[in-house]
Parts: sequence; structure tokens; C-alpha cells
Amino acid sequence: MMRLPPFEYHAPASAAEAVAVKAAAAPGAMYVAGGTDLYPNMKRRHQEPEALISLHRVAELRGIEEGADGGLSIGATTSLTEVRGHPRIRASYPALAEACRLISTPILQNMGTLGGNLLLDTRCNYYDQNYDWRKSIEFCMKKDGAICWVAPSSPRCWAVQSADSVPLLVAMGAEVDLLGPGGERRVPVFALYRDDGIVYLAKQRDELLTRVHLPAPNGWRATYRKVRRRGAFDFPVLGVGAWARFSPDGIVEDARVVLGGIGSAPEVVAGAAEALIGGSLDDASIQAAAQAAWKTGRPLDNTDFTISWRKEMIRPTVARALGDLRDSR
Amino acid sequence: MQPGLVQLTLTVNGERRAVTAPLHHTLLEVLREELGLTGTKHGCELGECGTCTVLVDGRPVLSCLEIPAALEGREITTIEGMESAAGLHPLQQAFAELGAAQCGYCTPGFLLAGKALIDEKPAPNRAEIVEALGGNLCRCTGYLKIYEAVELAAARMRGGRVEATPEALYGGA
Repeated sequence: MMRLPPFEYHAPASAAEAVAVKAAAAPGAMYVAGGTDLYPNMKRRHQEPEALISLHRVAELRGIEEGADGGLSIGATTSLTEVRGHPRIRASYPALAEACRLISTPILQNMGTLGGNLLLDTRCNYYDQNYDWRKSIEFCMKKDGAICWVAPSSPRCWAVQSADSVPLLVAMGAEVDLLGPGGERRVPVFALYRDDGIVYLAKQRDELLTRVHLPAPNGWRATYRKVRRRGAFDFPVLGVGAWARFSPDGIVEDARVVLGGIGSAPEVVAGAAEALIGGSLDDASIQAAAQAAWKTGRPLDNTDFTISWRKEMIRPTVARALGDLRDSR
Repeated sequence: MQPGLVQLTLTVNGERRAVTAPLHHTLLEVLREELGLTGTKHGCELGECGTCTVLVDGRPVLSCLEIPAALEGREITTIEGMESAAGLHPLQQAFAELGAAQCGYCTPGFLLAGKALIDEKPAPNRAEIVEALGGNLCRCTGYLKIYEAVELAAARMRGGRVEATPEALYGGA
């Protein structure tokens, strides 16, 4: 049996109290909401926090509200089930409902939260193993060791950003609020991530992700496409978020194509936007954008499936995502 | 009290149960070890199989990834709470009639996930059943008998006097 390691447990009643408790706790203390990522990792001794600050009593972090700018504001601990089922999200942000539907399983969606998905630990075949497995081949640098087993001469960790909501929210230009001991700041979702498998978040140690802000649903469309082995449970080996804003006569004024499941951070494909802007999402521009994404994406051999197949899947998956944007016009 | 132990009051199958347990033990561990409710099964313990599914306020969750201290005041339902004075729950009856349980290890999880589905959607179609049970793995049945049992139980719970068809017994279309 794999038990959790012991920890101190705090259950503050407000976000401000949670941040204060976190700042006063041991350096390794962690926030926990749904726990569907953290608890398995703790059982495998990936994370061994001295203290956990549970957010389950913090009502202000839950729920979905209209934003001041015509957008929507989602509390970070709102469950994925609630996000995907919310009438306003289904009507105005169907791509987000779909991305949440594709996360793991309905049972885990009852437990997991949108904020938790955004902060999901990076993943790797050599890391997502139990303690004894990792010890038997010598620990990797992401936890307890010094080497990267994916690229043994590499000075860095290549664990993979594997959250389904992330490529979509980056493509949509969503923002998040981070509440720290010194106050609150709002940053684009893209700015949350660093291209490093170990220190993969730009969030400061005690900062609490409190809300996710979606832009007003005016004149743009978005979609998310996922590649995985099974129809449930599996993390993406490729996730494509695509977004485009259209002029009244259907010309692409701006676009973003974002790859997840490839590198340690979500990857914005600049060449794809260039191929799409000014055109009408015709077959030629879609193929050019898919080709640009194929050139950008360089998977390493650290998830399910072979790297060559994962790379080959970039072109058709991006093309299908862009086809979604055209077909939903 | 030993360090690390907490006293909790959990509501399990409609009964308030006082329990003293190590704080870091999961709901799965406390149900089985402190409360003696061994119908909830240990599977992967990592959220990858659905075997330990229980209901919290009617919704399926994985007991291997829940900390009991966060569940005080919530209604916890385990497989032991599915049967009533009237007898087996219609899902349990249908699983038995259709052979939807073989080795039986995943069955408590499937029954509770199926119950949550039917409670929310009394007439689920096959696609809705497949999705709702997508978080529960079974290595014996091939799933078809389980889907058919959920359909049969749902029909009976809607008031139909439905008998299992011979085709269903053999997993036919």
C-alpha cells in the first residue's frame, strides 16, 4: 500500500488567511484544492510538503461570475465538472467546456479544479513512477537525483506541460489573479509558465491562484484538440489550443495556435499566426499553419507513444483544430 | 491522543460515525481500517482506476485521494449503503442478473458511479453511460454487460417491469 507521507494540515476560511498561513508555514508547504495531482505525487514521494493548506473551506475561490468587461471570472477551486456544465460556459466558451470534458475522467473532474489543472505538475515517464522504481534506476533531477534520463547530457529537466486547459486558455488570452503576501496581481496565463521541467511556474512561492478571467466572447472563436491513447484517463501527448478573431467579412485579424504536451511550457507557434492573419482560414493557410506548428514542436521521448508519431500528429491535429474554427463560423 | 491522530465525525451511509485516525490517512484507508467498511476496494491508489469510488453528496469521487478531515459534514455513501431494507438496489440486482460482475473487484465502484448517473439522469443513453463510467476500469467483463445492466436498472427504476433479454445475457447488440 502507498500511504501519504505525514503532514500538518491547515484549513483556512479565506484566501487572505490561506496566504498568511502559507507565508508563515515551512518553505515546502503547499496549497491543495482537489488533490488529484498532488496526492498521487505525494504517495510517490514526488512532493513531501511539511504542511498542506487546504482550500476547501474558502468559498470565495469557488464559483463563476460575470466579469466587468463582458467576460467571465472563474474561481480557481471551481470543479472541472462545474466548469464544463455551466450554462454560460457551454454557450459562450464551448471550447473550455470541451477541454474540461477531456481531462482525465468524470470522477476526477468532480474532484479536480480549474486552478489545479493550470498548476498541474509537469510529467515524464521517468518521473511519474513510484519511489522504488525511481530509486532502482537512480533518481532523476526532477526529484532526488542529478541526471535527466530523457536526455542524460542535458543540464535541464524536460518534463512535459500536460494540462488540457492550458493551451486553450493561453490561446484565448485568458488571465489569472495571483494573491501573495504583498497583494494581488493579474497576469496572462502564458506568463504563468517557465520553460523548465522543474521550476515550471513563474508564480512566487506563496502566491495563491485565485481566479481565471476569460475575455468577452466577441468576434473570436476558440477550440481545443487532444491526442491520447484512450478515451479517458490519459494525459495529452499533444494538446492544441487555437484561437482566431475575425473581421465582419470573415478575415482573420489575429490568431494564436498553442501546443501543449510537447515541451515544459505551452508553446505559442508564431509561424502559425503569420500564416493565418489576413486570410480567410482557407485550406492553404491552414496547411501552412499546421506546417509551422510541425516545425516548432520537438517532442522528446518522455511520454506515451513514440516521438516520431507524436511529431507527425502535430500537423493533422493543428489542421483539425483550425478546421473547427472555420466550421463553427 | 498520539501525535498525528485526529478525531473526526463522518457521515457514512446516513450514520454519524466518530473516528480517530491518522490525519494523513485517506478516506479509503479510514473506511476500511477504522470503520471496517471493506466493500470499498484498494486499486491503484493513484486515481487511475476508479475501484475506490464512493459518493460524496451524491457525486462519485475517489476515496484514495480524499482527506477525511475535509469531508466532515458531507454525506459519504459507500457500497454498504446501497442496499436498503427493501433489498438490493436495482443496479445491484441488474448486475447480478446480467453477469455484469465477474471477479467483482471493480464492481462497488461501477455500482456507485452508475447510481450517481441514474440519480442525475433517469434515462441515460448508451453514450452517457459510457462517459459516466469512463473513470472505472474493469479487466473482466469488456464493459458491455455493465452498460446493459445500467440500462436495465434505469428502466426498472423508471417504473418499467423489464426482464433481461436473452441477447443481453450474452452481451449482444
